[in-house]
Amino acid sequence: MKNKTFQSLTNPLAKNNPVLVQILGICSALAVTTQLKPALVMGLSVTAVCAFSNLVLSLLRNGIPDRIRIIVQLVVIAALVTIVNDVLKAYVYDVSKQLSVYVGLIITNCIIMGRVEAFALSNKPLPSLLDGIGNGIGYGAVLVIIGFVRELFGNGSLFGYQIIPECFYEAGYVNNGLMLFPPAALIIVGVIIWVHRTANKDLQEK
Amino acid sequence: MELLKLFIQSVFIDNMVFSFFFGMCSYIAVSKSVKTANGLGLAVTFVMLMTVPLNYLLENYVLKAGALKWISPALEGVDLSFLSFILFIAVIAAFVQLLEMFIEKFSPSLYNQLGIFLPLIAVNCAIMGGALFMQQRAFATVGEAAVFGFGSGFGWWIAILVMAAIRERLSYSNVPKGLRGPGLAFIITGLLGMAFMIFSGFQM
Repeated sequence: MKNKTFQSLTNPLAKNNPVLVQILGICSALAVTTQLKPALVMGLSVTAVCAFSNLVLSLLRNGIPDRIRIIVQLVVIAALVTIVNDVLKAYVYDVSKQLSVYVGLIITNCIIMGRVEAFALSNKPLPSLLDGIGNGIGYGAVLVIIGFVRELFGNGSLFGYQIIPECFYEAGYVNNGLMLFPPAALIIVGVIIWVHRTANKDLQEK
Repeated sequence: MELLKLFIQSVFIDNMVFSFFFGMCSYIAVSKSVKTANGLGLAVTFVMLMTVPLNYLLENYVLKAGALKWISPALEGVDLSFLSFILFIAVIAAFVQLLEMFIEKFSPSLYNQLGIFLPLIAVNCAIMGGALFMQQRAFATVGEAAVFGFGSGFGWWIAILVMAAIRERLSYSNVPKGLRGPGLAFIITGLLGMAFMIFSGFQM
């Protein structure tokens, strides 16, 4: 039992990663990753919302009538996202401005709805909480990888600090401007999925 | 003329999929056949056409700071905008539920064809995204909001249709094993997005 509870935390990190394997929550994963910092903040916000929505709905699971469960889920998630939005505005205002509408879009992030539907409504609160944290971190990890590549090659910096030394630019190195545009994010995700599936042969499609 | 500009801008320049990544999840999952992609595109366009103006009215007559003035001048200082996420998603979910019952009653064949994807429109980020952009851009009239909703939905429809057609062709090609399915779908979307980037140079 102990082992199984623990697995609900570790499984979504790589083997059953919500972004790479289940192709969920892509919208925000791509839009906020031009730089590393908003990517990290977004990953943490989604982890918080996912963990607490799983916990709350798992506690409520025996009291919710089946027919109206979607509305109940959406209301709980929307309330949590509103709290996250106000916290971000209060403490990291510049990042909150950068994330703009994508914070609100955490509500429609399919990872959160998907985990509530598939896991929290049929499991006890503690495994649900861990499952939420695991999925949030699995999502955040992919965001950080994409943000790392895009900021390093698009801006030559990480977290806003210059990484590629000045002498490179003097020698003729140029930042890849395409990295900051939407298509680059899509192609990077495609390549990450490719690498991930080459390593995990059982995920490949015939 | 202004409305036409807004329409073209929201279809091509600010395309929901290629410049904002909205509705990506169902875009990748449902773009395997042209027929279902077409049905979903139509449903999304219709829901956006209806919910964006609905949410616009809600935003301007209930939620915005001072929006409740029309009930009584005493309510002028009330700012309910912190409720906007919850109310927007409630409007969208309720509308999708209504649409589902309506289609089930009047066109069972379309209902069966769309299947699970119909209720999932409620969590399609394109629709919530449309509502949030409407709030951010603060359109002047409800007509503009409606045109924006329709244009955005239509742009999403075009995108998923193009993608489904390409993927139907792709099923005949020999693709490296790890790249089959979603991996390649993402890379193709990236390439399509690059093609759509040419529209961003247009001065409207």
